[in-house]
Amino acid sequence: MAIDSTSTPTAGGSAPPSAAAPAGPKKSDGITIAGIALRTPYWVFTGAVGLIFLAPLLWTAVASVSPQAGTNQVDGWGFGNYETLGGYQAGVWRYLANSAFVSLLTVALTLVISFLGGYAFARFKFPGKNILFLVTLAILMVPYATLLIPLYVLLNQVGLQNSLVGVALVLAMFQLPFATFLMRISFEAVPRQLDEAAMVDGCSSFGALWRVLLPAVKPGLITVGLFAFLAAWNDFMAPLILINDSERMTLPLAVSNLRGQVQGVVDYGATEAGVVVLALPCIVLFLLLQRHYVRGFMSGALKG
Amino acid sequence: MTVTAPSRPPSAAKRGRARPRGRQALLGWIYATPTAVFVVALFAVPLLLVIKMSVSKWPLLTGDQGINAPDNFVKAINHRFFTDSVVFTVKYTVLATVLLLALGLGLALLVQESSRWNNLLRASFLIPSALGLASASLLFYVLYSPYASPLAPVMDHLGITFLGSPNAALFSTTFLIVWRYAGFYMVLMLVGLQGIPADVYEAARSDGASRWQTFRKVTLPLLRPTLALTTVLCVTGSLLAFEQFYILTKGGPDNSTITVVQLIYMVAFQGQNDLGVAAALSVIVLVALVLINALQLRAFRSEES
Repeated sequence: MAIDSTSTPTAGGSAPPSAAAPAGPKKSDGITIAGIALRTPYWVFTGAVGLIFLAPLLWTAVASVSPQAGTNQVDGWGFGNYETLGGYQAGVWRYLANSAFVSLLTVALTLVISFLGGYAFARFKFPGKNILFLVTLAILMVPYATLLIPLYVLLNQVGLQNSLVGVALVLAMFQLPFATFLMRISFEAVPRQLDEAAMVDGCSSFGALWRVLLPAVKPGLITVGLFAFLAAWNDFMAPLILINDSERMTLPLAVSNLRGQVQGVVDYGATEAGVVVLALPCIVLFLLLQRHYVRGFMSGALKG
Repeated sequence: MTVTAPSRPPSAAKRGRARPRGRQALLGWIYATPTAVFVVALFAVPLLLVIKMSVSKWPLLTGDQGINAPDNFVKAINHRFFTDSVVFTVKYTVLATVLLLALGLGLALLVQESSRWNNLLRASFLIPSALGLASASLLFYVLYSPYASPLAPVMDHLGITFLGSPNAALFSTTFLIVWRYAGFYMVLMLVGLQGIPADVYEAARSDGASRWQTFRKVTLPLLRPTLALTTVLCVTGSLLAFEQFYILTKGGPDNSTITVVQLIYMVAFQGQNDLGVAAALSVIVLVALVLINALQLRAFRSEES
């Protein structure tokens, strides 16, 4: 299910390359000189397209440490822009800590809820099961803004106004349709004999869930956790509406506000540094967990 | 309006009945309780509240001032940016959906065969989708600026700006969105292409179909479920666009790029501070979205039969 298994491998040489591919001649031609000559335009073209996708990221990383007028890094290379970022209002460490707190709490809540919920939906029959599942999926249908406005009022009433915990609760709720769906199909993919055998051996249903099923659905949990982290780390609108204290802003909000810092003069260098700090964890996680990332998309597409 | 725990009497009531099944139901409910609590407290209750707010006078600072239906809806529709924002949002949605689906399918066809090089390409198409929409918007905010952009000399030379005119702002933002999401749609298209059995292509080839004919008559029809899914996703996402315009254009130039969700935010928190009208707008958006999605699904389904 990984990113590199999407089409049938043509290992045997006799297996036909999947016919829809417009991508040039048969594979075996790649070895001959004529084949290479034929494939070169293809490589150049696709390489250029790939570069378009990478270029903005690479440029930002380079520009954030390169000299530039109107920033804190006027001549020579260095980390002046990161110093600006570090000194902005409550300081970048504060915002990083806020973002990390919201993200980790969201991930923890999403994992626990969808782990238990997925188990319930996959293994038990209980009254209201289908309605609850459908209502959970219906969260997807409702616009973000439609829910954030009443949530702003509700969180105020229960004393969670201007609170990072409130933001994490809201973000975890928005993760539930995908997480519950994915955990349900993960549990359904595990043979029932596995947990039944554990229960015959004297495990309680929770014991079976914890000792036998947890390892079996671990890939699903990693995917759910990864998506919850990326969503929470990057979320902009929920903290924008629910947080109004600059001490408690999350990083995306802080970097966005940073632009209007000095009388409307935008410090582009510090913004670049902010984008790098924001993007780095996401890209590292993406590269490390690429398989789980793609699997998440695909499970949605297969069953959706 | 306190946060209420979900009602769990059904499970408790059934406990006494047939043992195994009652136990099953009880256990099921216990495991489903956290989900139910979240769905009720943070989804169902707010959804009901937004409907109540939409028919109440509800300023940001003083809260509920009693029912005033249908004032909020009248005010929402008569808002000076209402028509403009709807027209702009629809325009943006059509543009973004057409481009993203075409490009997603194109990229998928380009890297469909599995090879080292193609895996590398797929990964590079997909990397932007790991970035947040806000981060990506900030990145392009710098990239499009006349001062810090590496393209500044080009802009100077040609006398164009990326965000200066309404159309330029729309196209520049759409480019950002295509950059951010093309990889995502490529993956969905790859999954769809993978689901088409190879022998169908064999049959088409042995019938002497050209590559274009095969694409038109075999690939596209068999890809319909995927196309339906991606269209619904893309239309929904684009209709609810917010961050990209909030960060990149701030609705400008001349308020030409205000989307519907941005209007909701403006009415609620910027200046007007009227949560009642914002709630009315939200309800309108919700109903419109449900209708549009239902229509799309029906269209795709009726074509099928």
